[in-house]
Amino acid sequence: MATIKQKTQGAISIRNVTKIYDPEGVHVVAMQDCSFEIAAGEFAVIVGPSGCGKTTLLNAIAGFDNITSGEIYLDGELISSPQKQIKPAADRMVVFQNGALFPWKTVIENIIYGPVVQGRMKRSEAIEIAREMMNRVGLNEIEDKYPEELSSGIQRRVEILRALINHPKVVMLDEPFRGLDTVAKTVMHEFLMDIFCAAPRTMFFITHDLDEAIFLGNKVVIMTTRPAQIKKIVHVDLPWPREHHLLGSEKYLELKKEVLEAVHEEARKAFEAGEREMA
Amino acid sequence: MINRLRSMLTDSQLFKALVGILIFLSIWYVLTAVLNLPRFKLIPNPIAVIKEWVSFEPISGRSLFTKEYYIDIGYSVVRTLVAFFLATFLGVFLGLFMGWNRIFFDFTFPIVETLRPMPPLSWIPLAVLILPGVEVAVVYVTFIAAFFATVLNTLLGVFSIDRNYFLAARCLGSKPKDIFLNVIVPGSLPFIFTGLQIAMGVSWMSLVAGEIISGQRGLGYAIYEGYSLFQYEQVVSYMFTLGILGYISSAGIRAVGRRLMAWEARRRGA
Repeated sequence: MATIKQKTQGAISIRNVTKIYDPEGVHVVAMQDCSFEIAAGEFAVIVGPSGCGKTTLLNAIAGFDNITSGEIYLDGELISSPQKQIKPAADRMVVFQNGALFPWKTVIENIIYGPVVQGRMKRSEAIEIAREMMNRVGLNEIEDKYPEELSSGIQRRVEILRALINHPKVVMLDEPFRGLDTVAKTVMHEFLMDIFCAAPRTMFFITHDLDEAIFLGNKVVIMTTRPAQIKKIVHVDLPWPREHHLLGSEKYLELKKEVLEAVHEEARKAFEAGEREMA
Repeated sequence: MINRLRSMLTDSQLFKALVGILIFLSIWYVLTAVLNLPRFKLIPNPIAVIKEWVSFEPISGRSLFTKEYYIDIGYSVVRTLVAFFLATFLGVFLGLFMGWNRIFFDFTFPIVETLRPMPPLSWIPLAVLILPGVEVAVVYVTFIAAFFATVLNTLLGVFSIDRNYFLAARCLGSKPKDIFLNVIVPGSLPFIFTGLQIAMGVSWMSLVAGEIISGQRGLGYAIYEGYSLFQYEQVVSYMFTLGILGYISSAGIRAVGRRLMAWEARRRGA
């Protein structure tokens, strides 16, 4: 089995996290007493029924929202608790579900935005590094294009590069490949796999696609229907770098069966809960 | 060759525009010169208007070949441009700050929403009382409607920006001033430019009203004077002059917008 370099930064510890929306009013318990660990350099994939609080957790780690109780640590440092919420910063980068490249900036301007605005690099230096990154992944022809001139798949790749140029400890991706067709998704998986294997860093990847979850993840965290708790954590010990023919292997099918059973039970509960709410 | 020329003419936008104008002039001519309808008796037909407009010795003393005509245009253009640029400068800044800062918005929005629907003409008495000289009052009346159109569109522009761009900018390490310059300003530009085109239109409308009531010189004043002196050919030729100036100024705003918003132009395949 090929191994990837050990990473020392980016360990996330989620401890007894509860999130209640509108506690004085509607009181929606999105997440209850959730605990799990993501090791530094681990590719964690979070799956679960819609509305189960996956994005809530991402928002808390990113610093977009606070939590009602519990604690979240990054490399031993408290980043989120009811008393403390650190602000968003470039050590925790988010790639958004519908994309958030600035449409008014060209591809290269989007990629260099972070290091330049943080004052970490001069513009010329950032452009050089961005060009190098783009060359490495075959995107060298598009630096002067605007995002809306590109396909969704290429936009996602540019957005991932925009995140990586900041050397974040954690990259959080919220269903980044949703809406892409199967072929584009396959290309995106290979792209992400290459990037991860070349420079592993902690990934927090949310998806509904179980094949994607097993193909990409070291660890698949299955969440229950609302209020979200951890249903099961499946460790994926498939060799790196992974190739698509793995999807037919016996080991892969066993893992998929394990994940599918857990998810199916939760999906059924979510469906019944939805029926009750509608009644 | 002939076929190519014919297809160029029939397919082109210019050709369609010319046909449209021809139809419009024909209807006007039939109503005023052929049918001679009772309510149209005093309205000059297009040929009479054009004759007066291009005459070397116009009855009204104002045509394409008289100095007076260009002095009137000059007065109106300067008044409109001063009012428009003031409205743009102040309106864009106020709109951006209202959209950027919630507390500032809470303080200012009720005032803006109360003042905005007041017709520009209703400001004339106060403008004359408060401001020094009639000229400043005319510019103020021209400015006021353009200003509110700019504020509102700029504000809507800020509100239209996808929340994810703000979150992404924060993740990337932006300070508030970086978010203002890199997200709020460019993100609201499409709405700002729509607002500026509306503002330019209302500037011309308000200017004419202001000039009619309290101005001296200018196209609006000359239209009113022409009406008082029964020089209806001049009234109509000045109305068209206003229309052409409005068209040119709006086209100018669109051209500046295309330069500043290259991403929008490329998206539309321009």
